[in-house]
Amino acid sequence: MADKVSFEEAMKKLEDIVERLEEGDVPLEEAISIYRQGMELSKLCHDKLKDVEEQLTQILTEDGKKEDFSIQEEE
Amino acid sequence: MKEQRYLTVTALTKYIKRKFDADPHLQDVLVKGEISNFKQHSSGHMYFTLKDEKARILAVMFSGSARSMKFSPENGMKVLITGSITLYEQSGQYQIYVKSMQPDGIGDLYLAYEQLKEKLEKEGLFSTAHKKILPKYPKTIGVITSPTGAAVRDIITTIKRRYPIAHILILPALVQGDNAKHSVVKAIEKANEMAEIDTLIVGRGGGSIEELWAFNEEIVARAIYASKIPIISAVGHETDFTIADFVADMRAPTPTGAAEMAVPHIDELMERVLTRQTRLLRVMKERIQFDRQRLNRIEKSYAFRYPRRVYEQKMEQVDKTTERLIRGAEKVFLGKKETFTNLHRRIERNSPNELLKQALLQHERLAKQMNRAMTGIFSEKQKDFRQMIVTLEALSPLKIMDRGYSLVYNEEDKLVKSIEQISTDDPIKVRMSDGSLLCKVVEVQGEENK
Repeated sequence: MADKVSFEEAMKKLEDIVERLEEGDVPLEEAISIYRQGMELSKLCHDKLKDVEEQLTQILTEDGKKEDFSIQEEE
Repeated sequence: MKEQRYLTVTALTKYIKRKFDADPHLQDVLVKGEISNFKQHSSGHMYFTLKDEKARILAVMFSGSARSMKFSPENGMKVLITGSITLYEQSGQYQIYVKSMQPDGIGDLYLAYEQLKEKLEKEGLFSTAHKKILPKYPKTIGVITSPTGAAVRDIITTIKRRYPIAHILILPALVQGDNAKHSVVKAIEKANEMAEIDTLIVGRGGGSIEELWAFNEEIVARAIYASKIPIISAVGHETDFTIADFVADMRAPTPTGAAEMAVPHIDELMERVLTRQTRLLRVMKERIQFDRQRLNRIEKSYAFRYPRRVYEQKMEQVDKTTERLIRGAEKVFLGKKETFTNLHRRIERNSPNELLKQALLQHERLAKQMNRAMTGIFSEKQKDFRQMIVTLEALSPLKIMDRGYSLVYNEEDKLVKSIEQISTDDPIKVRMSDGSLLCKVVEVQGEENK
């Protein structure tokens, strides 16, 4: 489930959580719960960056299809 | 020959100068050549020689005309010049006064560029207000360029190195030649139809102005302006700006630069994640420590140390409250009771027996009062009477007679007050205090006899 969150969303949520906690007026139970959430998000972001699945580079062909693309040396 | 037929140098020069000035062709000359001996005076005027393989001409460009020039002339530069030919009398040399000058070879393009730039700028296509913000973490980057060549390679390797999680989609386009503009426009439009592309790089490697020309075309500029996806222009020429550069949301000097602008560096991101994690840990630690301290404080508080006191106090409070309740109830009860008693008393007072008793009592009281009043009046009157008797006694003739006065009465026992009432030999009675004398009047003497 967590994997469906984009890196950007995860970062945004993480940032929000840190800021909320730093503001300091969150009830303890909630603080613990969002802290856990924050740690999960942090791990998620970390993992997303660390175990990079290198994305394929594609090219759009004349007939609008996407094909894998590899760099050709200049002729 | 007469001397008059000889002209002065001045006159001759003036004559020749007039010939130059009168020739309309020489007043509007278009000439091209190479610059040499270029000198710019501190006044801003430019002096140089324009030459080709076989000839040369002196040239002057005054600062007024030079100011509007879009480039800086240099020796060896091929230029196109418009101007007029005239004679400089002091040196006897003819020269061209340059009105305008532009680099040779790009002339029309250069002009077109300037004109288009001015037009689009007026229309607001370069306005910063219209610039879109690039996404921080792009997911799919569209690259509009030639699929072969250094530009596409630089972009791909840079993105892969910095941010390999981004997907790259190449939208191949011609980037030079007459069809390049249409090809680039089509690619921009195509990219805008594809939902997944969130950043666009449009560009090519460096080249001459002709090679880069597609990026100075109006339709390309308008396509960039119309794009919903933010565009980074990357036309590889560090110094010159293309029109595309002005319209694009970001301008990179090179394709590599564009790739760097498009994506964050993964290491920086990692750093950011770690920073947040550290902040998260720290803030939580502080929070727990703070709460623990609060708890400690509370545990040390009076209530926690002497819980019975709290309880006892409560008990006391209960007792006091109960007491108050009873007192309150009593007060209410007593109040009611008193009201009842009063009412009862009033009823008793108003019963017929009671009224009779009251009436008798009142009667008795009134009788007594009356007696008392009568006795009072009586003794008052007695006192008055006695007083009057005393007064009367004081006024009694007998009292006066005690002091030696006598009363005289005639025969008829009437009091005689004047000698007129008496005649000689009349019998009179003289009453004294202790008795009477019966006498006979011897003589009546009037007052005048005295």
